[in-house]
Amino acid sequence: MTPRHRRRLVFVSLILLGVGAAAALTLNAFRGNMVFFYGPSQLATVEKAHERNLRLGGLVEQGSVKREDDGLTVHFMVTDNVKSVPVVYKGILPDLFREGQGVVAQGRLNNEGVFMADEVLAKHDENYMPPEVAEALKQAGGQTPQFSGTLMQGGLNK
Amino acid sequence: MWLWIHKFGSPKYFYNVSGKILPWVAGATALLIVIGLYLGLFASPADYQQRETVRIMYIHVPSAWNSMFIYLLMAASAAIGLIWNIKLADIVAAVSAPIGASFTFITLVTGSLWGKPMWGTWWEWDARLTSELILLFLYLGYIALQSAFEDRRLAARASAVLAIVGAVNVPIIYYSVQWWNTLHQPQSLGVGMSTIHPSMLWPLLIMALGFKLLYVVILLMRTRAEVLERERNNAWVQELAQALVGKSVIGSANEYR
Repeated sequence: MTPRHRRRLVFVSLILLGVGAAAALTLNAFRGNMVFFYGPSQLATVEKAHERNLRLGGLVEQGSVKREDDGLTVHFMVTDNVKSVPVVYKGILPDLFREGQGVVAQGRLNNEGVFMADEVLAKHDENYMPPEVAEALKQAGGQTPQFSGTLMQGGLNK
Repeated sequence: MWLWIHKFGSPKYFYNVSGKILPWVAGATALLIVIGLYLGLFASPADYQQRETVRIMYIHVPSAWNSMFIYLLMAASAAIGLIWNIKLADIVAAVSAPIGASFTFITLVTGSLWGKPMWGTWWEWDARLTSELILLFLYLGYIALQSAFEDRRLAARASAVLAIVGAVNVPIIYYSVQWWNTLHQPQSLGVGMSTIHPSMLWPLLIMALGFKLLYVVILLMRTRAEVLERERNNAWVQELAQALVGKSVIGSANEYR
């Protein structure tokens, strides 16, 4: 390696280090502020929550989904298993929307503490499996599936 | 070691060796993608929640992995070109950019097609989606910068700096789903962990390997073409062209003019 090469190598390493450090500091500073949604418990801590458009995320509480007679307006509770927030939404729900499923609703909180949603998005989890496996897991009193153990023996016939 | 790098870095040596391995890599790529597509689209089961829509994953995820992998390779190769002045490294970086941009585009489009039925939206400004879009802009910026200079050396040097600075975005894309609350689901695969059932994981891994090799094939083809163009005044390329004329390949091409 000639001195010239070494100088360039140091130059490139310095760019990488500098940009990396700058990005790390910026992201660290943003970390608290850059949330895509607030959970029901967090929502209580948000300042001036009534005046702002925000996103509420959590699980749709079991047994809380009620549809009005017009077929479009839906009432449900979004929960983080500690607190629940009632949500009202008028419109078409995504395919993955169901009780127990994660959702993100965008809208605002009215004065009665009801979240008036303009948009409801379903959140998908990281689990992928055929219906039969999901059924079997449910009967076994299912926990979060982890297939790493079966990856090697499982193969395609499972 | 240094001798070997300089030997392989020589355009002529690269041209000869890559010509020999190219058909084999191309064959393996075709085989893997055909098997992967069959398994992914027909033989694997539907998902318990997403049903048939899950099959978009077999294109989306391998493309997304490629979009990040190609960027890192492009940045590394641009850095090597910048530091050691190796022509071949500059070429590899330059021809990788449009390939990486294409995979990034495929990732964004397939993700959007999946997002509409599943999430209920084509696009959402969450951390994973936004950082992947920035990756596309980085690729496009790199391509634009490459073509902004007449002088190849200057173009390679300027765009290398952009590629290296932009590399910081790749870990941000990768860890975005862990660092922030995102709409995009957390990762399903990691070292020694998987939340994808084996019946879906195998087609995915085969497709991922197929897409990686597809990149290698396109990379080799484009690099070879670029080597020929940049070395066109050198003796060995002239000889090659002469040999082709002997086989009347260029001759027959001329008849159409």
